Amino acid sequence: MLRFTVRRLLQAVPTLFVLSILVFAWLRLLPGGPATALLGDKATPERVAAMNEVLGLDDPLYVQYFGFLGRILTGDFGNSLITGDPVMEEVSWAFPATLELSVAAMFLAVLFGIPMGYIAARFRGRFLDNATVVTTLVGVAVPVFFLGFLLKYIFTQEMSLLPPSGRQDVLIDATRVTGIATLDGLLTGEFDATWDAMLHLILPAVALASIPFAVIVRITRASVLDVQGEDFVRTANSKGLTTQIVRKRHVLRNALLPVSTTIGLQTGLLMSGAVLTEKVFAWGGLGTLLEQAIQQRDYPRLQGLILLFATVFVLVNLLVDLSYAIIDPRVRVR
Amino acid sequence: MSILSTRKADKIDSLAEGGTSLAMDALRRTFRSPVAILGLVIVGLFVILAIISPFVAPKDPYRPYPELKAELTPSNIPGPMPGFLLGSDQNGYDFFSRLLVGAQQTLFVGVFATLIGVTIGMIIGGLAGAFGGWVDSLLMRLTDIMLSIPSLLLAISIAALMPGSQWTVIIAVAMIGVPVFARLLRGAMMAQRSSDHVLAATALGVKRRTIVFRHMLPNSIGPVIVQATLTLATAIIDAAALSFLGLGDSDWRRAEWGLMLGNAQELLSVKPSLAFFPAIAIIVVALGFTLLGESMRESLDPKNRR
Repeated sequence: MLRFTVRRLLQAVPTLFVLSILVFAWLRLLPGGPATALLGDKATPERVAAMNEVLGLDDPLYVQYFGFLGRILTGDFGNSLITGDPVMEEVSWAFPATLELSVAAMFLAVLFGIPMGYIAARFRGRFLDNATVVTTLVGVAVPVFFLGFLLKYIFTQEMSLLPPSGRQDVLIDATRVTGIATLDGLLTGEFDATWDAMLHLILPAVALASIPFAVIVRITRASVLDVQGEDFVRTANSKGLTTQIVRKRHVLRNALLPVSTTIGLQTGLLMSGAVLTEKVFAWGGLGTLLEQAIQQRDYPRLQGLILLFATVFVLVNLLVDLSYAIIDPRVRVR
Repeated sequence: MSILSTRKADKIDSLAEGGTSLAMDALRRTFRSPVAILGLVIVGLFVILAIISPFVAPKDPYRPYPELKAELTPSNIPGPMPGFLLGSDQNGYDFFSRLLVGAQQTLFVGVFATLIGVTIGMIIGGLAGAFGGWVDSLLMRLTDIMLSIPSLLLAISIAALMPGSQWTVIIAVAMIGVPVFARLLRGAMMAQRSSDHVLAATALGVKRRTIVFRHMLPNSIGPVIVQATLTLATAIIDAAALSFLGLGDSDWRRAEWGLMLGNAQELLSVKPSLAFFPAIAIIVVALGFTLLGESMRESLDPKNRR
């Protein structure tokens, strides 16, 4: 297991290394170079030249790259053009919000997705199964942000049941501990803050959950169908175990293996979806930072965020591989 | 005719045909399923609409109408009026005509984004699969890196570098598909490399180029076609997402569903139908391509061959 872990870790390093080169090159692909892009409307030839000198853009490329690499390894992603604050500071401030939203969405997707997929497989070919399959296909076809709009329109504009946007009512002056609004209220004993944060969380989490939900349902269904046909299930049945025990111990347990990998692999989609959902609900997480950066062409912030998202994605995939190796020892040998 | 004799007739037919290739068999099975037919009908109607819409649109979709503009205020966008089935859009254009013509532009974006993705992906995957060895390792590491950036962020980082035009959207969305098609074709070709018929061809002294183009590629293309059908659906959705984020076509006059949806987001409280109709159009079309792709995938799976 240790050898597998080390090998898998070493595989992630070159990926991240090349990624850093690409992100470094990316900023230099900008029309007119980074200095022109950073100055925006204020770009004059003199200012561009001055900026080039400040940024060290006159140095040879490899000097620039290693300077860049050294800075990002120490967590220095430069300053945002919009606020002037260090990108790293902005990111660590916004990260808990995105984490909260993503975890809530994944929780909903797993909570409803696995039972629905299992039920669909149990009633294969019947109405319940067909209805589930069609639902998941529609779920994939609906743009996340449109679903967000729809939910917002129904539950806030028409029914006024839930708050339309933000993470917490402005009137609630909650203490920030972890930055995860629902958790902070519990930690400080401000239960009204937690309740309010939960209400704000429902709609965005449901919208974001739609994609992983559809995928989890389909994988669970396919996986249960696969396992049901295995010889060991037939053996378990024929040796007289009750149907319930066969289903629980033999079918479900084995069927959940591929599902657990899928959950990890959904992180990428979840991050993409979070960007869109956060815009609809003015969530104020990483997605909001990214969206502002796009609007204002804030390249240092954009660069930092892309690198961060990619790193998280690579690390999550690494964790998925490792957890898979723990569950299924055969993987370690390959 | 009783059920029994129909079955018999089927059996005889299949005997007369001799062996059927997996592809033909899959095609036949695909169009026996109602889901596939539904998908095909949706896609067919969409393509027909895309072709005929400029001729059947009741009004000019690219011209403001004074009678609509007269009633247009920031807080009021005219609804249905005589001659204007769905009323005005936010700029005093005929919304219904724009919705119709939108099929064409949307199909254009979807098809070209997919085609570019398939082409680049197949070149990468084909080279990797044909040569193997270090070429394969190098190209696959490259696709791994592309895959290590979440799909929408990849599109965002490309679109953010270029001026907002329709081709920017197409290229950015196409790049999402590149690593997927590359891996898919490479995987299918790798499986072919060690198959008996390729081994036989090699033993007969057939040139490598011939083996690749005559034996390996044609046998690997099935999954790529399926994936391309599914990608058409996601390409249309991703293009809409880029528009929504403000990275879409800067020509707001263009009637494309994703762009119309993206530009209508601020007007939900004024006239929700401006967002809802393009969104429903996108959902239906994406569903059509997904249904078609999924049923093709299912019938190509040899496990389902009976």
